[in-house]
Amino acid sequence: MDLGIDARYDAFRDEVRRFLAEHRPAGPIGPGEGDASARVAWLSLLIEHGYWARTIPEAYGGYGAEPDLLETVIMDEEFNTAGVPRGLSAQGPSMLVPTLLAHGTEAQKRHWIGPTMRGEILWCQGYSEPGAGSDLASLQTSAVEDGDDFVVNGQKIWTSTADQAQMCFLLVRTEPGAKKHAGISYLLVPMDTPGIEVRPLRTMSGDIGENSFNQVFFSDVRVPRSNLVGQRGEGWKIANTTLEHERSSLNANAEGTWLRLARLMKSETVNGVPLLASPVHRDRLMRLQARALSMKHHAMRMLTCSLKGESPGVAGLIVKLQNCQLNFDMAALALDVMGELGALYDHAKYERERGFWQAHSMFSLGLIIGGGTAQIQKNIIAERGLGLPREPR
Amino acid sequence: MDFALSEDQLLLEQTVRGFLADRVPIERVRELRDAACPNDRTLWSELAELGVCGIRVPEAQDGSGLGLLDAAIVAQALGRAATPSPFLASAVMAPTALAALGGADAERWLVGIASGELVVGVAATELFSVREGAGVRRDGGALRGKALMALDACGADLVLVALDAGTLAAVRTDADGVAIERLRTVDATRCTAELVFDGASPEAVFEGAGAACSRMLDAGRVALAADALGCCESMIEQAVAYAKQRKQFDRVIGSFQAVKHMCAEMVAEFEPARSLLWYAAHAFDALPEEAPRLACHVLSHVSEIGREIASVSTQVHGGIGWTDEQNLHFWFKRIANARHLLGGPESLRERAATLQGLAPAA
Repeated sequence: MDLGIDARYDAFRDEVRRFLAEHRPAGPIGPGEGDASARVAWLSLLIEHGYWARTIPEAYGGYGAEPDLLETVIMDEEFNTAGVPRGLSAQGPSMLVPTLLAHGTEAQKRHWIGPTMRGEILWCQGYSEPGAGSDLASLQTSAVEDGDDFVVNGQKIWTSTADQAQMCFLLVRTEPGAKKHAGISYLLVPMDTPGIEVRPLRTMSGDIGENSFNQVFFSDVRVPRSNLVGQRGEGWKIANTTLEHERSSLNANAEGTWLRLARLMKSETVNGVPLLASPVHRDRLMRLQARALSMKHHAMRMLTCSLKGESPGVAGLIVKLQNCQLNFDMAALALDVMGELGALYDHAKYERERGFWQAHSMFSLGLIIGGGTAQIQKNIIAERGLGLPREPR
Repeated sequence: MDFALSEDQLLLEQTVRGFLADRVPIERVRELRDAACPNDRTLWSELAELGVCGIRVPEAQDGSGLGLLDAAIVAQALGRAATPSPFLASAVMAPTALAALGGADAERWLVGIASGELVVGVAATELFSVREGAGVRRDGGALRGKALMALDACGADLVLVALDAGTLAAVRTDADGVAIERLRTVDATRCTAELVFDGASPEAVFEGAGAACSRMLDAGRVALAADALGCCESMIEQAVAYAKQRKQFDRVIGSFQAVKHMCAEMVAEFEPARSLLWYAAHAFDALPEEAPRLACHVLSHVSEIGREIASVSTQVHGGIGWTDEQNLHFWFKRIANARHLLGGPESLRERAATLQGLAPAA
């Protein structure tokens, strides 16, 4: 154990604090929130200072620093404390970029990574289909080579932010005769291509910012062959890299949410008494703090493994399962402490934090299901992590 | 930055686990459960040769002067093997207090602790919970009163007794006016006792020992959490092994999702708790300001997940898990007992809240 407590890191922390004292985003920066120029300006400023895209090479639009675990932890802590977003929580940066770094051509990396990290290009993920949910590899959307293009036909569902995205990373079946896992390819598709239709799918949480959810229909959509990532038929393997990133990155910020919850409990009063003074509610808050601290330090352990190129084994497989449930439970306490006002929603009078906690509760529930349901996660943990017999498939 | 166990720590873990598997199989634990005190002095001498007894004793007193994380690795191994030993009191809590207090007596006792020849119990429950009118006070130069749930005191040579938040006395267990009665708990592998003092003369009284007592309790909390987490580890390993071998409906039960998910849920709780334990143990030496809050959190958290893991592992075993013969209950009960020592989960969480200004000071 070396937590690197030395002057260099103190100086780094001071630098981050000075930055945060002087800068804040001009407006909300999430997909679908506010206007895009505030997002791009904020993300570009973060990259310039190395607080976002820190370890992505400069040639691809990043800051180009060596990976350093403690710097990451310090940045997260300071941005959390300041309540300022450290980058863009969206599928482009969290899923597409790691995939391109691992499997993209040089031209693809140079073309897509920079604008994605700066928030100029928003991405959506075209994976699930009405008939291919937990059994994703049974997907049927097809792509047939025709000259220099693929021609795509089919339907995707649960496509977050498809209505705002300029691009889609899409799984298609290119080898209809092959076994189901071997017949899939990974395509990058401009959303303004003729033949794409996006239909919003209203979710339980309503239309709130980044929660936008859609179905996407593809009818004879022509995609240049150069937009294929990896080789034909390798899409399942490539998508699994992305899914691993999703599993380890989803809700990595449990501590930030916990701090927000603690702030709420300090300010919210019932009968003139802060909720924090209620021993029952306080105990629940403390129990959640232990869980949030566990996940924070577990993330440090996982990051250490990843920097050393070691496999964390079963310890890495449990992150998505635990973080999603923790977020749901934190939202649940927030709603409870607001008492009579906890159910207010949809910009109602007296609503707290613009309905954040009700939305977060429902959004967290969506994440428990999305990206592999909790039950699928448990199968993976038990089979790959503990060596229990596989389900017949 | 490197958030991982070092090569040396992995070697320590491997060495202690190997030794315990060889020398203290569960059949030996079964023999020790009926003893007057389960802490076997012969075994303790052997552990001294491995450096276990002096792991927290400074090098100047012939110990190895290692960190609390190293001690936590040993505690986890002891829990995993359900080994009865005075490790918690004699190798973690007492050396933490004595090294902080210093002086000729403390140094002499530290040398004895490291050699394994001196076993030191700790009676400190009354610092955070007074029950049955317990409490030890000074009457002139002598001690009077009683202490409950004293740790590792039955087979000890010396006991550190908290008189109040600022004073710690050291008393020989064979001194006149000292009576020790084992208080049997559900857990036969850990020694807890009542000490009754009727005019006993202490070997030494340390005034101004408030900070040393706090550090002693925090170190104990981390080590006890590590021990319980080791029990959880064993219970998960046993459940997974059983699920791979037991057949019902012509299939191994581990092929059923219902059973598979129980195993997944246990390990999903266990692994992050292990990360928290590493941090809390490391913080004890490296980040003293954060350490008390983390010590409370790690013990309360492990108590909570431990109860669940103990229950689920037993259920994976079905009826056989509920029998005495299967041995699983040794770990179940050791987890159950840990919940009641050094502060229960609710009071530990309240202390964690107070320490960060989220609750009114008691």
